[in-house]
Amino acid sequence: MADLAISQELNPALVLGEPAYSDVTRKVAGIVEGRMPRAWYIAIACTGSLTLVLGAMLAYLAFTGIGVWGNNSPVGWAWDITNFVFWIGIGHAGTLISAILFLFRQRWRTSINRFAEAMTLFAVACAGIFPLFHTGRPWRAIYWLFPVPNPALHIWQNFRSPLIWDVFAVSTYATVSLLFWFTGLVPDLATLRDRAKTRGRKIVFGLLSLGWRGSARHWRHYELAYLLLAGISTPLVLSVHTIVSFDFAVSVIPGWHTTIFPPYFVAGAIFSGFAMVVTLMVIARQIFDLKQFVTMKHLENMNKVMMATGMIVGFAYATEFFIAWYSGNQYERFVFLNRAFGPYWWAYWTMVSCNVFIPQLFWFKRVRTSIPAMFVISILINVGMWFERFVIIVTSLHRDFLPSSWGYFRPTPIDMLTLAGSFGLFLTLFLLFVRFLPMISMTEVKGMIAADGAHPGD
Amino acid sequence: MSTASQLEPAAQRVAAYGAVAEFDSPERLLGAIRGARERGYARLDAFTPFPVHGIDEALGAPRSPLGWIVLGAGLAGAAAALLLIWWTGSVDYPLVVAGKPLFAFEFSIPVTFELAVLFAAFGAVVGMFLFNGLPRLYHPVFQHSRFERATDDRFLLAIEADSIDFDPARAAAALRALGGEHVEVVAE
Repeated sequence: MADLAISQELNPALVLGEPAYSDVTRKVAGIVEGRMPRAWYIAIACTGSLTLVLGAMLAYLAFTGIGVWGNNSPVGWAWDITNFVFWIGIGHAGTLISAILFLFRQRWRTSINRFAEAMTLFAVACAGIFPLFHTGRPWRAIYWLFPVPNPALHIWQNFRSPLIWDVFAVSTYATVSLLFWFTGLVPDLATLRDRAKTRGRKIVFGLLSLGWRGSARHWRHYELAYLLLAGISTPLVLSVHTIVSFDFAVSVIPGWHTTIFPPYFVAGAIFSGFAMVVTLMVIARQIFDLKQFVTMKHLENMNKVMMATGMIVGFAYATEFFIAWYSGNQYERFVFLNRAFGPYWWAYWTMVSCNVFIPQLFWFKRVRTSIPAMFVISILINVGMWFERFVIIVTSLHRDFLPSSWGYFRPTPIDMLTLAGSFGLFLTLFLLFVRFLPMISMTEVKGMIAADGAHPGD
Repeated sequence: MSTASQLEPAAQRVAAYGAVAEFDSPERLLGAIRGARERGYARLDAFTPFPVHGIDEALGAPRSPLGWIVLGAGLAGAAAALLLIWWTGSVDYPLVVAGKPLFAFEFSIPVTFELAVLFAAFGAVVGMFLFNGLPRLYHPVFQHSRFERATDDRFLLAIEADSIDFDPARAAAALRALGGEHVEVVAE
């Protein structure tokens, strides 16, 4: 008995209350089939309004020009690219959870992977807006971004440029994430089809589930497809933020031209992505009463991942400073001193506080397992990670090699409203997701219950 | 609700897809699969709400060949990327930028990798659905009165008609003997 208690203390159950298979279906499908709580309507009214703000800002930009944003020489990239890298980074936790933790047989990923994968898709959608609108003429951008034959100019992209690599990385990432997510959804969509009461739902879920019938022949190919997708998504997720960091590292700007960027960006992306998963999951599990499936163990594990990646990021900050001094390059040295003690010192120290100091609180189990504490810390981490990208981009640009061309970037209200609007879009898509699709993979949770040997008949 | 007396006369008039029974746990399903195979039924299929561990061995199913499709698709993606970069940069629009060569493998790596991944992912997903014969919006097993439980919490086993002298009534009796409930003969 004592041994059992100790083993449960060390290795708590990932699904509480020993539910039967049908309990999982009833609970998860019930959320989609039932009425949403009042909080959902209030939330979507707010986020939907913010999405309209985003639309208005982007329309204003398209009709006026990118001068409505604050970036101007010498700071040619500012909030737009900061927001782009920020949103792409948020997405990384989804793929990490769905692919890398799958390959490592981390069973705790099961209840949170669908949720995190959806977050990936919506974050990448938000990210894509910024570079697209930074082109100024998004309706022409297909010729600039993709190798589409250009009837007017008859030219092609320069494939030596990391910017075109980035287009391929981000669009591949979005597509593969969508495929992975949809593949995971199909068996659950079949469950919704078979539970559907109305004709409309029967048709919609009947078409979406592609006639899935859970045949043993299906599962045989399905399980291998899932494993292969996880196998190819693992190097993909590492490549995406690596290539995003090449946008900077391949240039010759002091502060950008460093080989540490790829691992440093990937760690930062996972760090911010997990923070966003925790922020949203804490709310969702409360509102939809999912504590049975998303246990403290899940949340604590995510907090541990944040602590580990936060320290990798902190180590990278320190390494950058060390190399700036050790390289003996005076421009490099100046950029880093300017980052910490120049006009943007406030941004730098916000970043260090949020990303390096505050996550250290997770060393304490009481903090790690406290819902209010992790909620606040996860939000602060994302504030810090937004500032990290701002610091890297703006402080490296605003003081050029020539002091006569130095400047100071200030965002315009349009910049601020566009960023706020992108949060509106992200959260609106998320709210629609929890309304219309099962946010926990019923199939995988049932498989885990079966593997645990708890035999839940009825 | 579906007793043999109601169904068997009807089933003899139309061609049968097979006999389908319900089981309430993966273990019972696996036991029944083994039992049915011992009785000489080779064309079996199971319908389960999640992949049941060990079912491929019980059914004697071969390993999925999907890996080869994914490998082929990935290599095709890499080849397509190299061809694209080489042809656009060195043949159709040769433009020297910063004195660099018109084509080199080094700068082609990121795009080549991404397209290999993209094609491989499509290969995995499209290949999986094609191997499964999906999308297919109708299947005879949907007629089973309890099919909707197979995506919820029950496990169906079908003995499929494999020849013209397939006797659905005997298959149904075998399933009943193996502990199956709600045994029904399903028309093609």
